[in-house]
Amino acid sequence: MISNGLNSATYPEIVSASASQISLSTELRSLLLAELNSSWSSTMLARLAAQRLAEIRQVFRQPIRSFSTALNYHIDSPDNNPDLLWEFSDANKEKVKEIISQYPSNYKQSAVIPLLDLAQQQHGGWLPVSAMNAVAKVIEVAPIRVYEVATFYSMFNRTKVGKYHLLVCGTTPCMIRGSREIKDTLLKHLGVKRNEVTKDGLFSVGEMECMGCCVNAPMITVADYSNGSEGYTYNYYEDVTPQRVVEIVEILKRGEKLPPGTQNPRRIRSGPEGGNTTLLGEPKPPPCRDLDAC
Amino acid sequence: MGLGLLASKAMRPASRIFNSQNPRNFLFRTIVSKPELQKPETSAAQAQPDPPPVDLPPRTPVAGARVHFPNPDDAIEVFVDGYPVKIPKGMTVLQACEVAGVDIPRFCYHSRLSIAGNCRMCLVEVEKSPKPVASCAMPALPGMKIKTDTPVAKKAREGVMEFLLMNHPLDCPICDQGGECDLQDQSMAFGSDRGRFTEMKRSVVDKNLGPLVKTVMTRCIQCTRCVRFATEVAGVQDLGMLGRGSGEEIGTYVEKLMTSELSGNVIDICPVGALTSKPFAFKARNWELKGTESIDVTDAVGSNIRIDSRGPEVMRIVPRLNEDINEEWISDKTRFCYDGLKRQRLNDPMIRGADGRFKVVSWRDALAVVAEVAHQVKPEEIVGVAGKLSDAESMMALKDFLNRMGSNNIWCEGTGMNPNADLRSGYLMNTSIAGLEKADVFLLVGTQPRVEAAMVNARIRKTVRANQAKVGYIGPETDLNYDHQHLGTGPQTLLEIAERRHPFYSTLANAKHPVIIVGAGLFEREDKDTIFSTVETIAENAKVVRPDWNGLNVLLLNAAQAAALDLGLVPESGNSIESAKFVYLMGADDVNLDKIPGDAFVVYQGHHGDRSVYRANVIFPAAAFSEKEGIYENTEGYAQQTFPAVPTVGDARDDWKIIRALSEVAGIKLPYDSLGAIRARIRTVAPNLVHLDEREPATFTASLKPASSQKITLTPFENVVENFYMTDSITRASKIMAQCSALLTKK
Ligand code: SF4
Ligand code: FES
Ligand code: FES
Repeated sequence: MISNGLNSATYPEIVSASASQISLSTELRSLLLAELNSSWSSTMLARLAAQRLAEIRQVFRQPIRSFSTALNYHIDSPDNNPDLLWEFSDANKEKVKEIISQYPSNYKQSAVIPLLDLAQQQHGGWLPVSAMNAVAKVIEVAPIRVYEVATFYSMFNRTKVGKYHLLVCGTTPCMIRGSREIKDTLLKHLGVKRNEVTKDGLFSVGEMECMGCCVNAPMITVADYSNGSEGYTYNYYEDVTPQRVVEIVEILKRGEKLPPGTQNPRRIRSGPEGGNTTLLGEPKPPPCRDLDAC
Repeated sequence: MGLGLLASKAMRPASRIFNSQNPRNFLFRTIVSKPELQKPETSAAQAQPDPPPVDLPPRTPVAGARVHFPNPDDAIEVFVDGYPVKIPKGMTVLQACEVAGVDIPRFCYHSRLSIAGNCRMCLVEVEKSPKPVASCAMPALPGMKIKTDTPVAKKAREGVMEFLLMNHPLDCPICDQGGECDLQDQSMAFGSDRGRFTEMKRSVVDKNLGPLVKTVMTRCIQCTRCVRFATEVAGVQDLGMLGRGSGEEIGTYVEKLMTSELSGNVIDICPVGALTSKPFAFKARNWELKGTESIDVTDAVGSNIRIDSRGPEVMRIVPRLNEDINEEWISDKTRFCYDGLKRQRLNDPMIRGADGRFKVVSWRDALAVVAEVAHQVKPEEIVGVAGKLSDAESMMALKDFLNRMGSNNIWCEGTGMNPNADLRSGYLMNTSIAGLEKADVFLLVGTQPRVEAAMVNARIRKTVRANQAKVGYIGPETDLNYDHQHLGTGPQTLLEIAERRHPFYSTLANAKHPVIIVGAGLFEREDKDTIFSTVETIAENAKVVRPDWNGLNVLLLNAAQAAALDLGLVPESGNSIESAKFVYLMGADDVNLDKIPGDAFVVYQGHHGDRSVYRANVIFPAAAFSEKEGIYENTEGYAQQTFPAVPTVGDARDDWKIIRALSEVAGIKLPYDSLGAIRARIRTVAPNLVHLDEREPATFTASLKPASSQKITLTPFENVVENFYMTDSITRASKIMAQCSALLTKK
C-alpha cells in the first residue's frame, strides 16, 4: 500500500476500510475539502489507495456470483430424464388444442410459453426434461428450442420445487435494499441450498429478476402450490426483513395463509411510510386544458 | 483502476495534478464524457462545416467484397466517412462500409449466417440518428451518411469491448485461439487498455460436443454464431442459447454430441477460443505453422483447403474460401483426417519373401523384380487399377505404361466395369455446385449427398432453405438434413417417374430449374446403362436439360474419378481382373481382392498400409496428397492442384515418378521426366485438366447413346458410403476418424 505514517495515523478509519464504500467516499470528500491547503496530494494518494483496498476487500467478501435461473444444463436423475414417458393429460390435451388454435398454423411454435406453463401445472409445479420434449413434439420444433425458452424464464422450474417456492428478487433495487441477506437467511433457516427442496417437501428457495415491486424493495414471491399445481398463486411479500421472512416461513409451515402485500405495517401498499405526503388535494389541471382561457 | 495505475498517476508531474480544474475528479473513476460524446448531433454539426473533400483517395473494398446489382435501378448511394458508394438496395450498413473499404469490427455478424445483432461491436454513427446504430442489422437507406471513425463510434466500440471483456477470462496464454482470435485482435484495435469491472468473472461449465470440438465455455461471448451455424448450415438443431442475463450459456441442455458432418466449422466461426479443435489442442501455435494452399481429396468435391504444417508434420487442415465449391466450409472428414497421414505409412519399397513376410529392399531391386514379372506375363493378363486418391499425372503415367506393355485393362476404382467415358456430361455435375443454388426441385437418384459429398449436400440444404426447393429422394432410408420426400428405394420408382405415373413427375416437370442428381454408386450396378437411360428419359420429358439450363448431374464419389474418366481409364474387358496374372494397384484399396487369382503377382503402390497390402507381392511407397503436386478434377469438372506441404515419408516417391522409373527399368521408357512434360502429355489427352482453377463444363450434347438393351433389375439401390468418416486409406488410418465413427455414426 502506498501511504505514509502520518496519513494512516491521522485517518485510521480509512485505512481499516470497514465502512461501506458510499459513506467512505462522502467522508473523503469533506475531508479533502478541509485539507485542500495542506499537503493534499499525498493525502489524496493515501485515500485513493485506501479506497482501492476497500474495493478489493469488497471483491473478496462478496459471495460467488449467482444467477437467477437454476443450472443451465440438465443432469439425469431418476425422476427427471428424457427416457421417462411424459404426456399431457386428457383434459390438458383439450387445452393444448385450444392454445394452439390461437396461433396461425405455420407459427405453432409461438405456443411454447403457454404450453410450458400448462405442462408445469400438470407436473406439480416443475418441468422435467421429458415434459419439455413433449412440448417440442406438440409444436414441432427441435427440443433445444424449447429448452432455450424454459431456461430463459425463471418462472419455469426445471427442478423439483417445494409446496411453497420462495423466490427472492435479486435485481438491483432489491439487492441494494438487502435481498442478499434475505436469501442467506432463508437458506440458513431452511437448511437448504438454492433450488433444493427441504426434507418435508414444503419449501424451496430460488431467485428471480425484478418483479416490479421495487418501490417496496426488498421483496420475495411465494409460489404457492398448496392448492395443487393448477390452483397455484404467486404471492408477493414486500418490504421484508430477514426476521420477517423467517416469520413468513413459519406461518406458511403452520399451514396458515398470509395476505400478500407489504410487510411494513406503517405503509399502505406502495405509499410512503406514515401516509401520503404529497398530492393530498385534487391536483390542478394543466393550464392548457382550460380552453376558455386560451 | 488498478494499484499500478494509481501509482503511475501519482508519478506524473505534480503540475498536471495542480492544473487539474477539479481535483475531485481524481477520486472517482475516470469516465470520460464530453458534451460532444453525449450528443452526436452536435458533433455531427461540428464536423459538417468542412465541405466533403472532392477527390478522396479511391478505396478498395474489404476482402475483395464484390457488389452484385441484381437490378440496376435498385442502386442507392450512401456516404461512408464522406466517401460515396453505390450499393444495391437491401444491403446493410455494414456491407456498405465493406464496399467502401471500411472494415467494421464485428463478432456476431457472419455473411453466411442470419443476422443476430447481439454483440453490438459493429456500432457506427449515422447522421441524424440519436444513438449509434448496429451496422450489421441496419439496412442502408439512400443518402445515409455513415461515420465510422468519429469519437462516438470509437467510444461505442470501446464500451462494447469493455463489456465483452468483463466476463472473458484472461487465459490467452493457454488458449488455442491465441493469435487468430477476433476478440484479441479487436481488443487491440478498438479496446481500452483497462477495464473498470472489479467483480468476479463468471465461469461456465464446459460442454461435451464430441471428439472434434473442444469447448471452453467460459470464453464464450454469446455471439450465437455457432447456434446459427448448426441450425442453418449444418442442419442439426442441437446447440442453443440457454439461460439469461449473465448466466447465459451455449449448450445442448441435455448431454448430446454434435452429430453433424460439418461440425468442425464451428471452430472457424467461433470468434473466440470457446470452440476449438480437440485434436489440435495444445499442439501448436498458429504463427509457427506454414500454410500451404491445397485441395482436399477425401471426396469428389475438391474442397479448397490450407494445410498447416510444422516441419515434417501436418498440424491441421483449415478451409479456404472458394465460392464455387465449398464456400468457406469443409467437412469434418476433410478437416480431421490429417492424423491418418502420420500413421500406417509405407516408407520403403518391400518385397514379400517366400515366408510370406515383407522384406525391405532398395528401389532398384524392387523395380527390377516388378519389371521382370511384367514381361513374363501376356499383355492381356496385365491389369492396372488406380485408387480413389490418385492424381491425374499418375493415372496418365499408369495408363501410358500399361498401354506400352500392350494392355488396356486399366480403370479407376468406383467407376465400374464399363464406364461411359465418352461424353463428359455423362459423369459430371453439369449444373455445377454453385449452380445448384438456382434449383427449385431436386431429384436424388441413388445418392446420399450427406455422406457422399457433404459440401454438395450443404449447397442443397442452402437451396432448400432459400428457395423452398423440393427434394425427392430414391434410395435406401437415409437421414438427409433437410425436408425431403422419400419416393422409393429402387428403379421401380424411377420407372414410374419416367412413365409419368408418379406424382413427383409433375413437380419435376413444373419446376423452373429442375435438378436430377444421380449417384456414382450406380456405376457399379449391372443395369447401370438402363438406369441412366431411364434418368435421361425423365430429363427429356421434364425438360431438365435445356439450352439455358443443364440439370442432369452425376455426383461422383472419389477425387480421382473425374480425371480418370477424362483420361479414358476404361477397362477393355469387364472381367479382366479374374484372369489377371499381373495386377498393378496404384493406391487401390477398395478393389475386391478375392477376385484376383491366387497366382497373380500384385504390385501395390501407395502411401498407406491399408487393405491391399495384405495381398501385395511388392510394395512401392508413394507420396500422399499432402506431399505432392498433383492435378485433381472435382465432380463438376473443376481442375485444381495440390501442393506439397510436408516432405515425403522415408523413401517414398511421387506416384508418376515411380511409374516412370519402372518403365525405364522395363525398357519401355515413358517420354516424360518432369511435371511439366507429363502435363504436356495430359494436355494432348484431356486439355481441360491442365486449365487449373477453371471449371470446364461438358460440351453440351444431346444424348447420342444407343438405347440400352439391358433389362432393368428391380434390386433396390444400396448405401454406397457406409461410414462417412472412413472412406479411403487415409481416413481409415486416422485415429480421430475412428473415434468419430465409433461415437457419431448412427447405429
Ligand atoms: S461458442 Fe463461440 S461461436 Fe458460439 S456463441 Fe460462444 S463465442 Fe459465439
Ligand atoms: S428489483 Fe426487486 S422487484 Fe424490482
Ligand atoms: S456484428 Fe453487429 S451486432 Fe454483432
